[in-house]
Amino acid sequence: MSAAVASTPAPGTGSDQWLRNRRYLPPLLIVVLWQVAASAGLIPTRTLASPAMIAGTFAELITSGELPRHLLVSLGRVAIGLGIGIVVGTTFALIAGLSRRGEDLLDATLQMLRTLPFLALVPLFILWFGIGETPKIALVALGTMFPIYLTLFAGIRGVDAKLIEAGGTLGLTRREQVFHIVLPGALPSALVGLRYALGVAWLSLVVAEQINADTGIGFLVMTARDFLRTDIILVGLIVYAILGLSADQIVRILERRVLAWRPSFLKD
Amino acid sequence: MNAHPALTARQHPVVHVANLVRSFGRGPNILDGLDLAIRAGEFVALLGRSGSGKSTLLRTLAGLDEAPAGTVTVPAERAVVFQEPRLVPWKRVWANVALGLRTPDARERAVAALSEVGLSHRLEAWPLTLSGGEAQRAALARALVREPKLLLLDEPFAALDALTRLKTQGLVASLWRAHRPAVLLVTHDVDEALLLADRVLVLDQGRIGFDLHVNLERPRRHAQPAFASLRSRLLRELGVEDENPVEPVEELRTPVRNTAPAAPTHRLEDAVWAASADALARS
Ligand SMILES: Nc1ncnc2c1ncn2[C@@H]1O[C@H](COP(=O)(O)OP(=O)(O)OP(=O)(O)O)[C@@H](O)[C@H]1O
Ligand SMILES: [Mg+2]
Repeated sequence: MSAAVASTPAPGTGSDQWLRNRRYLPPLLIVVLWQVAASAGLIPTRTLASPAMIAGTFAELITSGELPRHLLVSLGRVAIGLGIGIVVGTTFALIAGLSRRGEDLLDATLQMLRTLPFLALVPLFILWFGIGETPKIALVALGTMFPIYLTLFAGIRGVDAKLIEAGGTLGLTRREQVFHIVLPGALPSALVGLRYALGVAWLSLVVAEQINADTGIGFLVMTARDFLRTDIILVGLIVYAILGLSADQIVRILERRVLAWRPSFLKD
Repeated sequence: MNAHPALTARQHPVVHVANLVRSFGRGPNILDGLDLAIRAGEFVALLGRSGSGKSTLLRTLAGLDEAPAGTVTVPAERAVVFQEPRLVPWKRVWANVALGLRTPDARERAVAALSEVGLSHRLEAWPLTLSGGEAQRAALARALVREPKLLLLDEPFAALDALTRLKTQGLVASLWRAHRPAVLLVTHDVDEALLLADRVLVLDQGRIGFDLHVNLERPRRHAQPAFASLRSRLLRELGVEDENPVEPVEELRTPVRNTAPAAPTHRLEDAVWAASADALARS
């Protein structure tokens, strides 16, 4: 027994850490090779800036305050658009999910609209809303509304009928059933929708900001293109990636807190 | 303690069902002119082959299923325990028990009910972390905390292992003794019915086809000769031939319907053994 324990390395020992971290080696190697090739003059800067250059530009854009300024504008657009999308999507899902009449009223229409690639609406939005903030926010709102609606609606309808029945025998009113049983039961599904909506939000933003804008990360990238500044373009891409990843992390943390009752979270 | 509670309340049944008819769609009548009365504090077990309509009757009494025809009188204070515990997974165990209680001391009452079923150490647990037996005990606590006049149990022990099932049966018996609700227990298990109930009903062809008063002293044991006799009786009523039939004990028979007397046996001891061994083996 004790021999078996001794033969397996305790967590945190050198070889264990090596196993855990070795998957970061290939991307690191690629960056190193990229830098070497760029320094040797194999990759022209106008095609692809070198990692060192990108890092320099990144620092420069931050210290000059340019990046934070554009970032703040982009974040604001996403926040407002996402907020509207969540409110509208949730409202529709509650109406359609909680009553047959509401479903008849809304579901078919929304399911039809959902099949439309919403980015194709950009020209129409520009005609309707001009080129200010409104079309950008509207695009984000529209894109995020559908995943929220679909997942929450499905979640509400997927709640175990036996639980609702049990709630009835406990003397819960309909309102209490919705509050204690239906909505918490629909939450896991709705959170999947939220994660998806965040992805859609960045996507809509990228499209909206590249078409017409004078601020925002998308604008930064588009002007960089005009000046062949691949370093700034890549900084923009990295910022998008970081934003996407942190949004995902936030939803994960949220899930961990509000879905603490699920066995998959109970283990740790 | 041993005074029969049913005797004191014989005058006014808490459950009164007359001429209940229920069918699904265009199908045949599942319940077909059913009459039933349950007195306050009476423990009634309901047997019947699968699909005979036991759950349908229980759901009607629970108010979960509207009956198209007949009169059904039930107390407003009812509680149900189903075959599955049906705990709300996102509410802690105590909150599940307190669900729907509208008094300010809801939590204290829930805690008291949970300690009564031996779960005071699991108050803050998430329901999905409970074992099957614990979850079913929590469901019992959730039913009892409402102080029901009628407790409806639809095969509440069916999903439990043999030992847990015996323990939970004992728990139900003692909870019933302490709180005295009228109980309707749907079960497939003849021994369970005889261990717990004052009266055993058999549902057949949409009606109560057989009504047996069980005048055995409590606590009941399989080893009581009268127990084995009643067991044979019920099994025959359910259309199952007992391998070790026991001659009926005369004074205990109060059948509604007459059936042929059991074949005599000289191996009473064997029958008793079979009865108690069965209770453990069957799950
Ligand atoms: N909602 C329903 N729709 C259609 N038929 C139903 C419905 N509920 C029950 N039935 C039918 O009614 C009959 C009686 O069902 P019920 O569940 O009451 O039987 P049961 O006696 O409880 O059986 P078991 O012992 O297997 O639980 C069955 O034939 C069943 O198929
Ligand atoms: Mg049933």
